[in-house]
Amino acid sequence: MSIDWNAFTPWSALAGGALIGTAAAMFALLNGRIAGISGVLGGLLRPKAGDIGWRAAFVLGLVGAPVLWALVTELPAPQVDAGTGALVVAGLLVGVGTRYGSGCTSGHGVCGLSRLSPRSLVATLAFMGAGFATVFVLRHVLGL
Amino acid sequence: MIVFASLLAGLVFGIGLILSGMANPAKVLGFLDLAGAWDPSLAFVMAGAIGVGVVAFAIAHRRSVSLLGAAMSLPSARQIDRRLVVGSTVFGIGWGVAGFCPGPALVALGMGVGKAAIFVAAMVAGMAIFEWFEQRRHRTPLRPA
Repeated sequence: MSIDWNAFTPWSALAGGALIGTAAAMFALLNGRIAGISGVLGGLLRPKAGDIGWRAAFVLGLVGAPVLWALVTELPAPQVDAGTGALVVAGLLVGVGTRYGSGCTSGHGVCGLSRLSPRSLVATLAFMGAGFATVFVLRHVLGL
Repeated sequence: MIVFASLLAGLVFGIGLILSGMANPAKVLGFLDLAGAWDPSLAFVMAGAIGVGVVAFAIAHRRSVSLLGAAMSLPSARQIDRRLVVGSTVFGIGWGVAGFCPGPALVALGMGVGKAAIFVAAMVAGMAIFEWFEQRRHRTPLRPA
């Protein structure tokens, strides 16, 4: 293992992480709920009365965040190397997997670990492990 | 108020994702690539988020209603089962393929990144496929809450 010191951004990572934690804290303390993005989004596909507004508002906030950012300073440009086919496969896997496993990086990773939930620890180890393994296979075994 | 608080939380969450670098799939894959030139930044994102989260959830767990008067509905499930492990593994594979997880994909969609739109459309389709199977499994259109 070699560390890519040029790419390493510990301070913005910590500060961004603290903001993510603050958002999760707001969600838990104000709404009494877990800020799990896959769960909030997925629940919109199973609409129940009184359950749509807060879900849609949270998703709208996430999509609208770059707009707010751009009012203040220049947005960083994300780099997406995956092609269309890979994006479709990845999206389907992420959609099915997060709903079947009841959470993603936010619900299990941030909120679940913060709640010291053994279930979320297992889920986080599973998706991190699978992520590491997938990148290893794609980049270093298949050479893609 | 709940709707407004949700919008605000979404905005703060999204700003955090942009600032942290999570909204950039290349950076996420740099973290997942342990055998390459490894970028440990994302471990710091988790540390920052959990540092705040631990305190917040310790308080939240002691409350019976939220600060806005909503019923607390924090998860109570405890079983570690096949669904949890298989689902999370499938998610991790998808995460490793493109470097997008749900939150950052929504934020990148808001940045106007076309490839994020393709990913989000596929992700929502995947969630709809899950719902279809769940509803068939239960043989009722809606499960009681």
